[in-house]
Amino acid sequence: MSKKTTPAVAHRGYNVENPRKSRLLTLVMGLMLIYTYLPLLWLFISSTKTQGDLFSTFGLWFGHDFALWDNIRETLTYNDGQFVRWFLNTLMYVILGAGGSVLLSVLAGYGLAKFDFPGKNAVFAIVIGAVAVPGTALAVPTFLMFAKLGLTNTPWSVIIPSLISPFGLYLMWQFTRDAVPTELLEAARIDGASEFRTFRQVALPLLGPGIVTVALFAIVATWNNYFLPLIMLKDASWYPLTIGLNAWNAQAATAGGQAIFNLVITASLLTIIPLIAAFLSLQRFWQAGLASGGVKE
Amino acid sequence: MTIDRRMFLRATSAVAVAGAASALLAACGSDSSPSDGVAAADPSAAASAAEAGGELLVWAWDNTIEPCAQAFMDKYPNVKVTVTNVGTSADQYTSLQNAISAGKGGPDVAQVEYYALQQFSISESLADLTQFGAADYEGTFTEGPWSSVHTGEGVYGLPLDSGPMAMFYNEEVFNELGVDVPTTWEEYLEAARMIHQADPSKYIANDTGDAGSTLSGLWQAGARPYTVDGTNVTIDFTGAEAEKYSELQTTLIKEGLLAPISGWTDEWFQALGDGTIATLVTGAWMPGNFTSSVPNASGKWRVAAQPRWDADTPAGAENGGSSLAVMAASDKQALAYSFVEFCSAQEGIQIRIDGGAFPSTTAELDSEDFLGKEFEYFGGQKANEILSQAAKDVLPGWTYLPFQVYANSIFNDHVGKAYTTNGATTIAEGLAAWQEACITYGNQQGFTVS
Repeated sequence: MSKKTTPAVAHRGYNVENPRKSRLLTLVMGLMLIYTYLPLLWLFISSTKTQGDLFSTFGLWFGHDFALWDNIRETLTYNDGQFVRWFLNTLMYVILGAGGSVLLSVLAGYGLAKFDFPGKNAVFAIVIGAVAVPGTALAVPTFLMFAKLGLTNTPWSVIIPSLISPFGLYLMWQFTRDAVPTELLEAARIDGASEFRTFRQVALPLLGPGIVTVALFAIVATWNNYFLPLIMLKDASWYPLTIGLNAWNAQAATAGGQAIFNLVITASLLTIIPLIAAFLSLQRFWQAGLASGGVKE
Repeated sequence: MTIDRRMFLRATSAVAVAGAASALLAACGSDSSPSDGVAAADPSAAASAAEAGGELLVWAWDNTIEPCAQAFMDKYPNVKVTVTNVGTSADQYTSLQNAISAGKGGPDVAQVEYYALQQFSISESLADLTQFGAADYEGTFTEGPWSSVHTGEGVYGLPLDSGPMAMFYNEEVFNELGVDVPTTWEEYLEAARMIHQADPSKYIANDTGDAGSTLSGLWQAGARPYTVDGTNVTIDFTGAEAEKYSELQTTLIKEGLLAPISGWTDEWFQALGDGTIATLVTGAWMPGNFTSSVPNASGKWRVAAQPRWDADTPAGAENGGSSLAVMAASDKQALAYSFVEFCSAQEGIQIRIDGGAFPSTTAELDSEDFLGKEFEYFGGQKANEILSQAAKDVLPGWTYLPFQVYANSIFNDHVGKAYTTNGATTIAEGLAAWQEACITYGNQQGFTVS
């Protein structure tokens, strides 16, 4: 999905310096593209089918009825609008959890990149070490700690652990080091700006791409978070989408249960739309963020 | 609501059966006389608690519990019942065990399947309901479920439903291929061969290894692999009854007559719908699942008695079924019991039948309304006549392990090999390995297992 951002598009899309084409590579890339898009296509096609058609018609083509609108309506209203509640929960976890984690990462990253203080190397070692520990490994100890605090089965049990993101901190730290020239900060200080104002008006505007990058990571991680809410939450009214959809999916597997695979699939489609939207709209910043520091200016 | 209320007209002054005073006294399931703290059961305590009111937290995944809770709150306006689905079966037991270990965060009432009840009652996590007069319900429920909620003298739950086994079969497939519907296991094997020969895309059944189905199959064959006496447990999968069952299964696997599809997956629902799977031997609660999850096969399926080992001897077994239990950690046990009673033995029965549940109460199983119900899904067949008879044919004397939940979770590590090796490892060998693993685990847990 690379889009040329130069306004003057040449009549052939190839780079001037490298006009050669490789059929083999194009073919391989084409296959990769199909491989990546097929599940999405399946998801879209399947969400247009009724429960009956899902089982009786070919998976990669439309069924007898085009039931997308019915499915969406039913998904939004099933169990008194449970899906909408989960959607809002997820949004809340993302705004508070991911938002908070970005804020902390930016502040800490800036501090570590631009100030010298005793013990900085120790902090560096701890952060690098923390990046290597998967969140899943911490889930059970976190659960026991929260159970002692009486915080399990509350939204806080999902939000608080999401605030801590060693990877985001590390990324912000490295990004700040390269993107904010120390001379600029010194100039601001000489002009008499306070430390906080220097950060807000001089450093922050330069950190945009990095912030977007970290934010995207945090949003995706929180949006897809599964294991932590699974063990923390017992009350369906606080579920995020991931746990909720799994509950719907498991509903079929019991005596007297009702299979609603068509709703599970439609709800999955609705669940990924905000993520796709976030990526597409933030793509420009995000690419700049990843490439920053790649070239010396 | 035409409930046969005959069974509720017992005088409340019925002489109470002596029971353990509280769940804290470990009678530990021995069938000696109850422990020292004998108190008269008080059936009125629960009713007055319901009048007084309070808040109840119920963990259940069965979708008919919510309407029962609504009706209960209508009846007792001072009560607030919250029903939470924290997961189905083993998922919920994990959460329940966590809450018991943590000492808080658990419910007042929990849905517990019969196979798991022993595990929670023996660890004293459930309240003995005889203190509220539960023993008076002797005779209200069918034999299978009623014996399942007992541990020694104690009653640790009231039956919600039952799952006497029957054979659901796709009549269209049998007619198309010209195969007779089997009534014995011998005929079943023949039918399995004929179906798969006539149409290689079709199978008589699916199986990839399922602890519940295997145990129910052994139960029906007359095997009694488990005996539990207090903390003394024996596990034994040998013997003629278990062998004939294992042999049949091994033959079916070896000849490739079982569809390699796991139960409860979307693939399974699809196969039930398109004729890939021709029969399903399972509990009597299945019609509700057929109707809601395999709608496109409506009219094609019929119900018959489970095939027998001996054509002249009716023999059945239970598969699945749940009870509602009161947690020992609950500080509102009387109120909790009144809700359990409501769902299991009072107005809840009809609410649940209307929701598609299969009852465990003798009065309903014999009622005209119930027996005469024509199932549109089964082409107008009066399926309950067969299912009700199946409930009466259940062989007595079956016991589950006091650590059955764990045992079932490792079933496929051992017996599953028979399915993955196409029968090179026989079912009997798989069961022997499972037996060893369970004995080892049981002894580690402080039981005396042999």
